[in-house]
Amino acid sequence: MAEAAVAALEAVEVDYPGRGRALGPFDFRLGRGEIVALVGPSGCGKSTALRLLAGLEAPTRGVVRRAAKRGDTSVVFQSPTLAPWLSAVGNVALPLELDGIDRRTARAQAAQALARVGLAGAEKARPVQLSGGMAMRASLARALVTEPEVLLLDEPFAALDEITRRALADDVLALWAVQKPGIVFVTHNVEEAVYMASRVVVMTPGPGRSAGELVVDAPSPRAPAFRTSAVFRDAAEQLSDMLAAAMQAARASAA
Amino acid sequence: MRRAIDWLAPAAMVIFVLAAWEASCRLLQVPIFFLPPPSTIAVALAQNAGLLFVSAGRTLGTALGALAVVSAMANLAALAAASSRTIERGFSPLAVTLQVTPIVALAPLFQVWAGIDHPQRAVIALACVVAFFPIYSGALTGLASADPELERLFDLYGASGWQRLFRLRVPSALPHVLQGHKVALGLALVGAVIGEMSVGAGGEEGLAWRILEASHRLQMDKSFAALVALALMAGTLNFAYQALEKAVLRWWRGR
Repeated sequence: MAEAAVAALEAVEVDYPGRGRALGPFDFRLGRGEIVALVGPSGCGKSTALRLLAGLEAPTRGVVRRAAKRGDTSVVFQSPTLAPWLSAVGNVALPLELDGIDRRTARAQAAQALARVGLAGAEKARPVQLSGGMAMRASLARALVTEPEVLLLDEPFAALDEITRRALADDVLALWAVQKPGIVFVTHNVEEAVYMASRVVVMTPGPGRSAGELVVDAPSPRAPAFRTSAVFRDAAEQLSDMLAAAMQAARASAA
Repeated sequence: MRRAIDWLAPAAMVIFVLAAWEASCRLLQVPIFFLPPPSTIAVALAQNAGLLFVSAGRTLGTALGALAVVSAMANLAALAAASSRTIERGFSPLAVTLQVTPIVALAPLFQVWAGIDHPQRAVIALACVVAFFPIYSGALTGLASADPELERLFDLYGASGWQRLFRLRVPSALPHVLQGHKVALGLALVGAVIGEMSVGAGGEEGLAWRILEASHRLQMDKSFAALVALALMAGTLNFAYQALEKAVLRWWRGR
């Protein structure tokens, strides 16, 4: 797996002026087609780690390895982040158009990407006309339209209701099964992490470091009753314990 | 019920003020050259309707012409300032000077530059000067108001400076641009009236000229009639602009 890594952080540290160390030292590897969740309390630097992988930020120390070609790394932010003046298809076509692909081809590919996330027929809708779940799907379609090697998801379901977020989690896994991008999924929700990821990295409260890893040994996309299976429950419990231990250790070292 | 109050309250107030005005003029026997009663003003308005209409058209033409010229200039200046911090800093003393200098003080200069045969040019120039700043600062604020997450998305997809300017900042700026033009429209009208009053109108006699002319002859009823025409025109213009702004925003937002 080491040689097949599509993105990696090697001993990275990030210091913010006035706030001190936010992340690190932290090591991380994402294998080709692997789904990894980063789990930790708020402010543990997991979003910072994601921005490093996206190339939106540079580490203070350490090395970031990532595919440099644009379109190879996509990000889905916490909010859908759609341009209000563009239609759904215009928003999804944007990464392609920015890459110089002509408008007609870009829009045709965007329409297909929208269909894949279940938004066929909503091409002309403006973001304001979409529900929260639909807007997030459009955002997902925009991230996938460039067929990225790495898909970074920054708590993408945080603002959605439980039913919608479960449906979207299944959709993300179904889409992953087709394109097989490596996915890094940031969340503070233990169940969601276990449901989505084949490997979960637990992070300590700020500055974020790795407090351990957990492999979820079950096929993706998940079977229909996965949430009630013993594997799911054991993994969720184990993960909760790891998080609690990381929090306690942090409190002990602070005291 | 509430809707009825919204209409009735201002109507009742207007009727009360007009009735009190009319009654005071009659009871106190105020001379007509000092303060004419509303009924006399109404008669003057009706008798001079044709001339006032033509004059209003001229003042309106001056204001709208100035607005068109200054809109092009101020928006271009804002685009240049948004694309380079050096240009923005360079422009700032000029923009602030234009904003804080009382326009009446500029009138004699403009009169000289326009020459005795073309006072109309000085009037337009004065209207341009007062209307510049709100459009410039509205556009500049708008160009800087893009959603930071959308900015990050443009970073991620390696957008060029031009792409960022025309595909993100310019469309993001629209609501602020409209707001700036609303303020500028009112100021252009003020500039046109002040210009006509201080420079003179040449052959193009607008409403301000009618007010001055009537006042100099102590025909206060005619002076008031021109004033009423001016207020009606400004009110209609404002109303029309708000309808336009609403329609454009609806198109921009899709709702």
